[in-house]
Amino acid sequence: MAFRIISPKNVQMIMKAIFWAAGITTIVILLIIIGYVLFKGLPVINLDFLFSEPIDSGRSGGIFPMIISSAYVTLIALLVAAPLGVGAAVYLAEYSGETTAVKIIRFGAETLASIPSIVFGLFGLAFFVIYLGMGWSVLSGGLTLALMALPTILAASEVSIESVNKSYSEGSLALGATKWQTVYQVVIPAALPGITTGVILGMARAIAEAAAILYTVGAALAIPISLLDPARPLPLHLYIIATEGISMENAYGTAAVLVILILVITITTNTLLDRYTKKMMGR
Amino acid sequence: MEYRIEVENLNVYFDELRVLKDVNIKIRKNIVTALIGPSGCGKSTFIRILNRMNDLIDTFRMDGGVLLDGEDIYDPKVDVVDLRKRVGMVFQKPNPFPKSVFDNVAYGLRVHGLTDKDALGERVEESLKAAALWDEVKDKLDKSALGLSGGQQQRLCIARTIAVEPEVILMDEPCSALDPISTTKIEDLIHKLKKEYTIIIVTHNMQQATRVSKYTAFFLHGEIIESGTTDQIFVEPRDKRTEDYITGRFG
Repeated sequence: MAFRIISPKNVQMIMKAIFWAAGITTIVILLIIIGYVLFKGLPVINLDFLFSEPIDSGRSGGIFPMIISSAYVTLIALLVAAPLGVGAAVYLAEYSGETTAVKIIRFGAETLASIPSIVFGLFGLAFFVIYLGMGWSVLSGGLTLALMALPTILAASEVSIESVNKSYSEGSLALGATKWQTVYQVVIPAALPGITTGVILGMARAIAEAAAILYTVGAALAIPISLLDPARPLPLHLYIIATEGISMENAYGTAAVLVILILVITITTNTLLDRYTKKMMGR
Repeated sequence: MEYRIEVENLNVYFDELRVLKDVNIKIRKNIVTALIGPSGCGKSTFIRILNRMNDLIDTFRMDGGVLLDGEDIYDPKVDVVDLRKRVGMVFQKPNPFPKSVFDNVAYGLRVHGLTDKDALGERVEESLKAAALWDEVKDKLDKSALGLSGGQQQRLCIARTIAVEPEVILMDEPCSALDPISTTKIEDLIHKLKKEYTIIIVTHNMQQATRVSKYTAFFLHGEIIESGTTDQIFVEPRDKRTEDYITGRFG
């Protein structure tokens, strides 16, 4: 004790300062990135930019077809990945025991989550575009994004289902409810905030993804109508007009639209979830 | 006197561990039976035999007979869902669902197919009144049950249990997480409910056993050492171990 150089009180102060600095740095970095994109992009955005078609490969004109394309592929990705991911999570958390097969599924999902998105793109090209003959289309792109979002949705849903208080299911079963009634009416509603967060995370990943759709969705500038039409979602448009030096100005405009879109989605769901949780917990 | 539950030569194992040994007991209708004994003696495992909650544990095995109204509840033909409707359970920690007060009580009814709104409303009110909770919650039926106090939550769980009209109510230390005033309310409630239900209560509290029960069984190391009327067990126990336990020499 006699050899202590710094008193615990001072250590406490130093550590507090370190954590404070780490926190502030993170927030500042985040604000700079978002602020920079908005600063460069917001002046470009007006109703005309949002609701008209691009002219001269995007040198001027708007990004309306890209917004539609993004909505289209993201919707397809969600329609496929959300039921599949949540369903698999319910199975893993509630029905399966800890068998070898289950461990393999979980390991597979974890690995899938960390595979670079360009690899998903390559797989999408080989499987959806060529092997299944879907061509460069919103369908190929949407399905590739679904594969990418799947592990995110699965992992978040499984964790939130497993963390539902076991006493709820016991209470339900003891009243004579079946396993399914218990899962559907007690466990899933209690896990809903976590499941929704997982779905939104997956959705954010899909909506912001360029590499995975690079080889699968085509690059058409027209508004896609059918599932098999090629399209050009926002991140891909951004990538193309920035790398090909078409228009940095419009690239920033597109980036700002993407950032705002994701901010709106996140803030809306967080608010709704907060309200739901408060109501459920009686606060 | 008629018996509601008869248990014959019951042995329960988790893996190779024998948790209940040759348990024999007969439980009378519409009377409160208390199960006492030190922690880990098998009381909770025993009441979980009666509504087959142990079935949820992978390593659970048992042999022996468990009869409810003369029928073996472990017969392969028995529908567990139906059994649990007949044998309700109140847990140690209040565990209302994260739903509204109304939906908590209506849950069991809905699960068993009651959908008519008026009928549901009526049954919910009846059950809450029977659980001596109606006056406290009638203005906040649509508020979350998790906003209630611990004692109110436990009475809500009792209301939820009696809503599906069971024959037997199992109570696994229902007051151990509650303050003395809430405990008194639950005990008063038990006195009221025993007219209509067969109640089996696990308790660590000797005074509680003497206050609420007519019959008592003393468990030790997975065996029933002694059972009989509560008066007899507490006033003149036949076994030295029972005497040691109720006088607080161990446990």
